[in-house]
Amino acid sequence: MTDAAIAKGADLLGALVAGMRDGGVEVVDLTHTLSPDFPVMVLPPEFGQCQPFRIEEVSRYDSRGPGWYWNNISMSEHAGTHFDAPAHWISGRNLTDGTVDSIPPEKLIGPAVVLDFSKESAADEDFLLTRAHIEEWEARHGRIEAGTWVLFRTDWSKHLGTAKYLNLREDGAHSPGPDSDAMEFLVKERGIIGFGTETVGTDSGQGSHLSPPYPAHYILHGNGRYGLQCLASLDRLPPRGAVIFAAPLKIRHGSGSPLRVLALVPADGKARKS
Amino acid sequence: MTTPIAPPPRKDPQKVTRPPELPPIQRSRASLELSAMAARGVFALQHCELCGTIAYPPRDACPKCLSINLRFRPVDDGGEVIAETRVHTTPDLYFRQRMPWRVGTVRLDCGPSVVAHLHGDVEVLSRVRMTAKLDKSGNAVMMALPAQETENMADDVQYRELTASPKHRRALVTDGRSAVGQAVAAALSKAGASIIFVGIAEPWKPFPGEKELAAIPKVEIMPLDITDTTSVTELCGEIGGKTDILVNTADYVRPGGLLAPGSVVTARDAFDVNVFGLQRLAQAFGPGMRARGADGTNSAAALVDILPVYALANIPSFGFYSASAAARHSLLQCLRAELRPGGVRVLSVFTGPLEDDWRQHVPPPKVQPSQIARAVVTALEEGIEETFVGDVAKDVAERFLDDPKVLERELGL
Amino acid sequence: MAPRPGNPHRGYRDVAVAVPVSVPYVRYSIESAHWWIARALSELTQRAGIQPADLDGLSVSSFTLVPDTAVGLTQHLGLTPRWLDNIPMGGASAVVALRRAARAVEAGDASIVACVGGDANQVDSFRKLLSSFSRFAQDASYPYGYGGPNGSFALLTDHYMRTYGATREDFGKICVAQRKNALTYPHAIMKKPLTLEDYLNARPIADPIHLFDCVMPCAGAEAFLVTTVDIAQDLGLPYANLLSAIERHNAFPDDPIQYRGGWAMDVDELYAIAGVSPDDIDVVATYDDYPVIVMMQFEDLGFCKKGEGPDFVRSHDFTAYGSFPQNTSGGQLSAGQAGAAGGYLGLVEVLRQVTRQSLSAQVAGARTALASGFGMINYDRGLCSGAAILQGVQA
Repeated sequence: MTDAAIAKGADLLGALVAGMRDGGVEVVDLTHTLSPDFPVMVLPPEFGQCQPFRIEEVSRYDSRGPGWYWNNISMSEHAGTHFDAPAHWISGRNLTDGTVDSIPPEKLIGPAVVLDFSKESAADEDFLLTRAHIEEWEARHGRIEAGTWVLFRTDWSKHLGTAKYLNLREDGAHSPGPDSDAMEFLVKERGIIGFGTETVGTDSGQGSHLSPPYPAHYILHGNGRYGLQCLASLDRLPPRGAVIFAAPLKIRHGSGSPLRVLALVPADGKARKS
Repeated sequence: MTTPIAPPPRKDPQKVTRPPELPPIQRSRASLELSAMAARGVFALQHCELCGTIAYPPRDACPKCLSINLRFRPVDDGGEVIAETRVHTTPDLYFRQRMPWRVGTVRLDCGPSVVAHLHGDVEVLSRVRMTAKLDKSGNAVMMALPAQETENMADDVQYRELTASPKHRRALVTDGRSAVGQAVAAALSKAGASIIFVGIAEPWKPFPGEKELAAIPKVEIMPLDITDTTSVTELCGEIGGKTDILVNTADYVRPGGLLAPGSVVTARDAFDVNVFGLQRLAQAFGPGMRARGADGTNSAAALVDILPVYALANIPSFGFYSASAAARHSLLQCLRAELRPGGVRVLSVFTGPLEDDWRQHVPPPKVQPSQIARAVVTALEEGIEETFVGDVAKDVAERFLDDPKVLERELGL
Repeated sequence: MAPRPGNPHRGYRDVAVAVPVSVPYVRYSIESAHWWIARALSELTQRAGIQPADLDGLSVSSFTLVPDTAVGLTQHLGLTPRWLDNIPMGGASAVVALRRAARAVEAGDASIVACVGGDANQVDSFRKLLSSFSRFAQDASYPYGYGGPNGSFALLTDHYMRTYGATREDFGKICVAQRKNALTYPHAIMKKPLTLEDYLNARPIADPIHLFDCVMPCAGAEAFLVTTVDIAQDLGLPYANLLSAIERHNAFPDDPIQYRGGWAMDVDELYAIAGVSPDDIDVVATYDDYPVIVMMQFEDLGFCKKGEGPDFVRSHDFTAYGSFPQNTSGGQLSAGQAGAAGGYLGLVEVLRQVTRQSLSAQVAGARTALASGFGMINYDRGLCSGAAILQGVQA
């Protein structure tokens, strides 16, 4: 690396810090609070189950520890706002760097676009995002570049705390998600790094009835891409221009992990208000 | 006839809650056997195996032939009251709170005379049915009941001390998602409980019977996930001060022994519900219940746990499920001692296999949720510490009492 | 169970009973049983004109000596007896102590035996005493209302009243007469007259037992000497001869409830050995923990037949000047019950009466006396009973 390159980098980081300090760059938290009552994926009972977040107090300035407060926590790798690594799905089981501990760090920070289909999702709880929807979005906002996180805005995070969030009925969950063509298009033709949703999975509630079943999981992870679920505050991001930090815990051979997802957005005043 | 107990008035916030006192708790070892019988709802007295004499009070040798071979066996419970008194003065703190107190001498048809608590509907020369019940100290005491059922018989104040009747009491049923929880809620409602709080975990998941549960009179649905300490603590903060009866209907059943793949995750889930769930409930609700054990008509009365009879011996086809049940049984023994100072009972309702999704491959006879619900109410109304519901549970219990090691081999075949 | 043929119950030869001591009772006292017993023994030796070391026999009854027994007491009090007895029989203690001491003296195992009963009564000690009284009481009596002895005697009083037609007035008559006697006895705890109306209107304790059917627990001690006639005469002591004595434990175990005591088994022998009949008795001390027991003793000791107790009471006057002087110091009902000393109170009183040393009203011409004891409600009934006949020897 040349001195010039280092100097340029220093300038860029300096500008970023100045932007964050003085205006121009806003940090938006895309994470829900991890709490025991945060719903997790529901699977048929004979399968192994996703353990929800649990917290047990170890001491709180009391006889168990007079000067300090701490808790033991436990949960599934897929509880709360969380990251799916390629090894999570059978289609990605043989990939190198498929588990969270081996993902190269530069892949954990990247640009993001937000595809707002909140109106469509409000109108149809089983709304499926298709290739046509994406192409239409590109026509308005420009082509999705390789290495981008595609965040699918449905405003579903606003249902958190109600039965609508999982929206379970006898025939399973009902929530929006992509179809397989849309995923093939994003992964193969646009080369995205990952796909993020506000719902409990990257797939639609009825995704098991699509072909292949759970196309987002199948196609993303089969091609070494990542998933983000249970995202919050996507309505505070611009369609283009945000950069997100999505670094899972470095769990040995882990299939995913809860994480804090942060977005840097150009501060146009919009992001400040909720 | 007995005057029916009136619904208790709302609590006077200026009055100190009556602290729980216990009736005399010390007993000889022979008397503890009487308590063990009463704990299972059996009226039994010592028989001399040599000469057939029936002896009372419990002792270590036959008063007729000096044989040391005495065994408790069920006896004819008929008798006649030959003397009575109403005690007005006592140095004992428990009875002082409850004076006057009626006792009598009853000549049992099977031989001995017994000093017993007298039900209000019996007097001298009445024919009575003698019962042995556990008092608030957890020991057996004799109580003479009318030979025939009388009106509002269970409302007798002295009798009520020996039971944990749900009438006018407020109950918490911990798992309304299960058929057992729903049946117990319905049975408590029918038995006169004034409120039945029913816990529902993960309310965003629909479940069968949801509407019917909400429609049961006196039922109030509450959020409760016994695998979540915060959830248990929060619910206790809300209703802990008015939970008089806690019925833990939660049970996590999965088939499989220790060699089944992934058994650690399943076992952990099972223990989290069956063992730590009970622990969380006890830790949150126990201290408050113990402090309210003498708080009038709707005093805290009992914690009931419904657990599989395989708590007594392991059935390998449900290996870690049995293990969690054994741990649960052990915790109940601990809790029984810990709640005793408050006069709060811990009632174990052991069941055979239920007719449910997890035990489709288990051959009959199986237990219906309604049977369990009836057993829970009976255990409360009669103060029975250990109940065995269904033919399988009764069979396992009998074999257990006979020889636990033989039972282990029988279940392990 | 009568004595076996070939081993008849033999009478007593030359046994003298002397020096009746009553240490005045106190309702509550901070002092220990050791203290009360020491006071009694001190007065006993002083009045007998002997040194403590002259006591070569000692018989002790006390509920509150724990953790000591008679053994510890010897070292505590500096006594070196060659004959030692510890009699845990409550109300039957004095008669049983006398019976055994008499045989010891007769056989020469001891020459001068001090028999003493005494107990402390500190605040709350009655409650503590009850809680460790007996295994059957612990298992089968106290968990039932915890009326203590009141509850147990209430049941057998109730049964007796229903069976034999005794009324509260009958029991009241006994209590009122004993109170009259107590007013002549300077050591009695009860100093106020009692009317039948007071008795009937008293608060209930355990129906049908009311306040004045119950004794007042207190602290105190009682004692007497048992020795040979020769020694008594050498010391110049007024004394009485022991004519006869009986004891019995757990009599009639198959009675469904107690309506008679062990006296009924042995009463014929009691009079036969003494060579007297009930008509010859000049003054009686019944054991009066509750008046129903007094009535039972009238029957079981041969003064009337079983079931005639109520009529007997109605036809007699029980004051010292009456037709049937009994419990002339007021009995425990009016003098107080100082634990095991309660078992001594009556015997000590009749000893005073027949040796003309009475502190209460002297019964005219009293020569032959009967003192009875009853004790230890182990579960539902009193287990120990005993009686002794004494005859005063006028110097």
